[in-house]
Amino acid sequence: MTDHFIEDKTTKVTVAVDNTGAQKVDFNDRKSGGFIKQRQKDLFTVRLRCPGGRLSTEKLLEISKIAHKYSKKGVVHFSFRQSLEILYVDYKEFSNVVAELEKIGQKVASCGPRVRVPTACGGCEYNPNGLTDTQKMADMVDKTFFGTPTPHKFKTSFSGCPIDCARTKEMDMGFQGVVDPTWEEESCTGCTICSEACKEDAIASDPDTGKPIFDPVKCLFCGDCIRACPTEAWKPKRYGHIVRIGGKHGRHPMEAVEVCSFLPDEKVPEAIKMTIDWYNANGKRGERIGNALKRVGLDNYLKYMEPVFQNTAKAGA
Amino acid sequence: MSDSTIDLRGVMCPINFVKTKLKLEAMNPGEILEVILDSGDPIQNVPKSIKEEGHKIVEVKKEGDFFRLKVQRS
Repeated sequence: MTDHFIEDKTTKVTVAVDNTGAQKVDFNDRKSGGFIKQRQKDLFTVRLRCPGGRLSTEKLLEISKIAHKYSKKGVVHFSFRQSLEILYVDYKEFSNVVAELEKIGQKVASCGPRVRVPTACGGCEYNPNGLTDTQKMADMVDKTFFGTPTPHKFKTSFSGCPIDCARTKEMDMGFQGVVDPTWEEESCTGCTICSEACKEDAIASDPDTGKPIFDPVKCLFCGDCIRACPTEAWKPKRYGHIVRIGGKHGRHPMEAVEVCSFLPDEKVPEAIKMTIDWYNANGKRGERIGNALKRVGLDNYLKYMEPVFQNTAKAGA
Repeated sequence: MSDSTIDLRGVMCPINFVKTKLKLEAMNPGEILEVILDSGDPIQNVPKSIKEEGHKIVEVKKEGDFFRLKVQRS
């Protein structure tokens, strides 16, 4: 299948800069990218690497100073993937910008066919709906996989709950938090709050006792019943991730398919590593993993992934 | 028996929770507050927020399309 979405290389600086005779920046050394050409002559956007869109206020203050110094227009922009971009930077000043950012421990992001900076919602650290530590996971993916070459771009994201703010269905590989609820009859008073709290009609109340009748087929594993239960009769049995593969947006969006319904935290790195390996072995240059899956077949991928995805029984089972 | 009552029918989220919280804070530990909540959003959200604040929901009764909760102040 032809892929129409290869980034226009003429708009990226990766090669252009070295031919200017101006200050040299060693792009080979830097996994390249993160500098995006603007309409304006000589001016570029410098995209920073902010996994999960999180920054310490201390670092943000320092970035502000650098952005104020180098942006000819004094503006920044939040990219669609949560990273801060310094706009209107003159390419002749790249080395200085990079050096100053380096000093405060701030890296520049990437473009092109490689693993991109992961995005994530707030997660369980402070969001009441959050089931997984999405920020920690995004940080792990950034540290372990950022910049790994792939046939085309490879975007990942982490959502902490089924509301899916991080849009895992639109990612090359997305992870969405789930919790498996379990119910103990002894502590249940039949108050019916759980069936009211459930937005999916997965819990009915027994007309006589008020006790829950649970339908795992309707359940989205959001944990609302657990949080609402006054007596802790509903409890979390285990937390994990739904894994989705092959999504993308762009001119021809594709929805990712669910390939694992309950992957524990500790298996996430292996799942990503194996997926990248499969993609590199099977994907054509310039082909997103979703198209590779269509061409080669999802079964091929699932068979390859069996060692990671096996024994990750469906939630509610 | 409850020490105080707050009728939150018709009060939207999250104001209903904030009112409950303020009421509870004005009470003594161990006292019981009766909270009347609409079904739908209020009953989906307020009980879990009360729990997260550390208070205990000791009784829940459904009466038509509203709920009568007894909350013990922490």
